[in-house]
Amino acid sequence: MPLTVRGVRIDDTFAEAFGMRATAVIITADSARWARQAALSMTGFATSVIGCGCEAGIDRELTGKQTPDGRPGVRVLLFAVSTAELQKQLQTRVAQCVLTSPGSACYAGLEGEETLRLGNALRFFGDGWQISKRFGGKHFWRIPVMDGEFVCEATTGLTKKAVGGGNLLIVGRTVQGTRAAAEAAAAAIGKVPDVVAPFPGGVVRSGSKVGSKYKGAPASTNDAYCPTLRGAVQSALDPDARCVLEIVMDGLTSEAVASAMRAGIAAIVKLGPKRGAMRISAGNYGGKLGPHHYHLRELLP
Amino acid sequence: MKPLTFTLRERPDQRLDLSPLVPHGLAGKTAREIERIELQTTRHRITVGDVFRLRPGDAEQIRIQGACDRLDYVGREMNGGEILVEGDLGVQAGRLMAGGRLTVLGNAGPWAASGMKAGVFEIRGAAGGRLGGPLQGEITGIRGGLVIVRGSAGERAGDRMRRGTIIIEGEAGPCAGSRMIAGTLIVRRKAGPLPGFLLKRGTIVIGDSSSVLSPTFIDCGRYELVAMRWLAGMVEPHSKAAAGLLRRPLTRFAGDMAVLGKGEIFVGNRN
Repeated sequence: MPLTVRGVRIDDTFAEAFGMRATAVIITADSARWARQAALSMTGFATSVIGCGCEAGIDRELTGKQTPDGRPGVRVLLFAVSTAELQKQLQTRVAQCVLTSPGSACYAGLEGEETLRLGNALRFFGDGWQISKRFGGKHFWRIPVMDGEFVCEATTGLTKKAVGGGNLLIVGRTVQGTRAAAEAAAAAIGKVPDVVAPFPGGVVRSGSKVGSKYKGAPASTNDAYCPTLRGAVQSALDPDARCVLEIVMDGLTSEAVASAMRAGIAAIVKLGPKRGAMRISAGNYGGKLGPHHYHLRELLP
Repeated sequence: MKPLTFTLRERPDQRLDLSPLVPHGLAGKTAREIERIELQTTRHRITVGDVFRLRPGDAEQIRIQGACDRLDYVGREMNGGEILVEGDLGVQAGRLMAGGRLTVLGNAGPWAASGMKAGVFEIRGAAGGRLGGPLQGEITGIRGGLVIVRGSAGERAGDRMRRGTIIIEGEAGPCAGSRMIAGTLIVRRKAGPLPGFLLKRGTIVIGDSSSVLSPTFIDCGRYELVAMRWLAGMVEPHSKAAAGLLRRPLTRFAGDMAVLGKGEIFVGNRN
């Protein structure tokens, strides 16, 4: 039985999510603008492991008091399906997007018993002029670059307890209202620590189902939630639904994902059906594929 | 629990080897057993009970009161716990130290922190020559840990340093950081002639620009590097003076070009 909270219908269903490998780095720069720019470049084209190799996003912005070198910074989270792929994505993205960004430095953003190579992999760019520095159990590399030095911590932590694929499906009567609800939810989720919503602005409009009529395509459009196909396929939409937007969440822990979904639902409900969405649902595969199930009824505000 | 306290009765007639008086060496020993430990460095036998008044306590916290420069090898190979020395020490204090904290409220003699591997060694007074340096025939000096000298240090501080950090808040003698292989040596004030003599790798920071460098160091320009900001944050809990120096613009000299030339000396302003 669906529940209704402040006029917003909440399906009695659950989001099904998967275990992932994850890491975090802190990027600093001379200004918050350049730290954010490096982070945006690093997390670009990192919306889905299906096509991008990893999912990544900005967890939060940091003040100078919260970073190792006293400059403004940004914490970035990366998620992948294997440790090897995560190492590859981390190394490539930091090398191409952070090392290259003016005034940047990169530090471990996660403590972990297991580690991934960060500066230890990038130091070779120094061509023999790189300098190793250790202090208080920390190990850094100083790599000479054209604006001075790129300072990079040797390693960063790895967690195998991360969760990817927490999600909310936001159904509305208008495109504008649905988008407003999705924006409110994404903003609320952005404040939850240890979680990112990797799609553009935290929102995805092209939700997918597993498989396709075409060979070689691992995923295809989620036709049950496409309003223009209502009537032509077995639709999951109400007669007056005109738009569906999804928010996908990845977190360093299962608890973080649950907190993010709770924050997202609360924001949508607070906006109400007139200005926002009329219904909240979630995507799953019948509970047979992913070990993490987030029941919406347990996450109500 | 109270510290295990050794109070020197009088200045000893001979130099004493205090290397047995470390936390891991005294753990589980009774007061009588400790008093029987031999400390002589000549043929004349001297035990702990002969020269110290012993007050039993926690062997993880050792206090030596009334110390003088005839007490050698204090904290040798200590790997944990704490030793606090009220007074001066002789040679090789903290030699091969591998952990814990050693604090000397007075001065320390030559080869303090020689071959140190880990831990924190603080000298509130001055340090003698070859601070952290190797003994004859050894390839490397200090290999890790943190040494802080609140006063000045003698010649060749950080000689053949391999890893770790030495902070000298006063002045350093001639050839500070000679033959360094890696690590960081910070001299808050002036260094004697030829700092970084035959420096291979590693970082030396000198606060006073009147220090005379070898012509085999090349001026690379004046910078405020992120690495120095980071290092300032790391050393600040141990030495505010060193942190203040690291946050200033510093001129970088690369060298020593007479050898490998991948080391660096950062020099601040004249004080």
